Amino acid sequence: MIADTLRLMIAPNKASDTVVPPTGFTARLTVFAAGAMAFLAVFALALSVSTGRLADRWEAELNSSVTIRISAPADQVEAQTLAVLKVLDQTAGVASARALEPDEQRALLAPWFGPDVPLEELPLPRLVDVVQGPQGLDAAGLRLRLAAEAPGAVLDDHSRWRAPLVDAARALRMLGWIALGLIGITTAAMITLAANAALAANAQVIRVLRLVGARDTFIAGAFVRRFTLRGLIGAAAGTAAGILAVILLPNGAEGGFLTGLGFEGFGWLSPVLIPPLGAIVAFAATRAAALRTLSGLR
Amino acid sequence: MRRIRVKDEQAVIELRDTSYSYRGGELLLQGMTLQVAPGSFHFLTGPSGAGKSTLLKLMYAELQATGGAVTLFGQDPRVMDRNAVADVRTRIGVVHQDCQFLDHLSIADNVALPLMVQGKPVGSDLHDLLAWVGLSDRMHAFPPELSGGERQRAALARAVILSPDVILADEPTGNIDWDMSQRVLQLLVELNKMGKTVMVATHDIALIRAAKPQVSTRILRISNKRLQSAGAEL
Repeated sequence: MIADTLRLMIAPNKASDTVVPPTGFTARLTVFAAGAMAFLAVFALALSVSTGRLADRWEAELNSSVTIRISAPADQVEAQTLAVLKVLDQTAGVASARALEPDEQRALLAPWFGPDVPLEELPLPRLVDVVQGPQGLDAAGLRLRLAAEAPGAVLDDHSRWRAPLVDAARALRMLGWIALGLIGITTAAMITLAANAALAANAQVIRVLRLVGARDTFIAGAFVRRFTLRGLIGAAAGTAAGILAVILLPNGAEGGFLTGLGFEGFGWLSPVLIPPLGAIVAFAATRAAALRTLSGLR
Repeated sequence: MRRIRVKDEQAVIELRDTSYSYRGGELLLQGMTLQVAPGSFHFLTGPSGAGKSTLLKLMYAELQATGGAVTLFGQDPRVMDRNAVADVRTRIGVVHQDCQFLDHLSIADNVALPLMVQGKPVGSDLHDLLAWVGLSDRMHAFPPELSGGERQRAALARAVILSPDVILADEPTGNIDWDMSQRVLQLLVELNKMGKTVMVATHDIALIRAAKPQVSTRILRISNKRLQSAGAEL
């Protein structure tokens, strides 16, 4: 039954397509609306995928990396650094640990102070980068040991500043999905309006068709096929334009947020789903509008 | 309540104490009882606004009775689903006063419309039918290009292309001259002689009188919202 209805509504039917006159304005409106929505959908999808990727990476880094900051009088820094490294060497869950060289610390500060900062003249703490193993480390226990062995050492697991960023990235990903949903609903609403306009413009045609014995599937099929095809064509064009725009976005440093907007690997295939989804939305919206209109006629 | 019984055969259309009011307002038709036998020829007359078109609409299920019952081929349209209503309409050809054509289609396509919506092939029958109504040379014209008489004949051709059991004609000669009215009447009489049930709503008494010598007719009149037999008076 459902398959028959779908077949009648989608399969080409010259008779049905002939009896309903073409509607130029609504045709152009539907193609444009579907195209614009698909273009936006590509960006919403790219936003979701990119922010999801970013959140995953930040979360992984949050879980795998900690830093130990050693602030001590200049004559004790080296000794406490060695003590920290020794403690880390004996701590379960530490995959590797190393003290950052002065050049590396200078590179970290360069964005704020410039490349020529005289590090040796600044009372900077010594940094030890710790990479955790898969099982993780006991941060509370490590803090206690560091307090005993190297009083100037402070364990920073980055959670204070990175966790809100991860939350923000996740929220952005959610916003992207919400935007996609809204785009779908808006597309359905616009196509429903266009379909209603077409149905109203053809009210007399529909009445005559009913009077000569046409079933609802025949009449609705003429409108559904047209709007589904228009939705598909518009969404395909909009998706192509959207993908091109994403490709042309400036691709900056790795890990950049806005400059990292886009797809990776097989992710580039995900926008291909947008045109068929657009066609499905057009099909459902037009079918509902047509059957609602027809239900008002005997 | 007067019961007008046309024939004893099973009625193709039956009204039982049928009433109709628009959206629960004043009754437009009241207490109508009628059995239309297959193969019969009826005229339905009465003054303008009496409810002739409304009664015909009840007979092809465009309207539903608000009181009593109407049955079409033994089925009550009020309990039929939409597909069943569509199917029963393939057995009832309707000629509307304003013809109800689709102006973007040629006359040939308009006449073939009932075939097209049924998914049936449009074959040589269409040409034969257009020849029968005298429109072979106008088949590629569009409805606005036709005269009133041509439009009525095309509407009649569309009404019969599926070879329905019943033909309902609503003022088929209302907008055409006398000679053309005779031509349309002749076509309706021919259809009746082929076994079709015909009901013609008209206020043209001269048309009814012209039909009497050609075919056995029953004449019904709507008066004071009720259906009466009017044969003797005419």
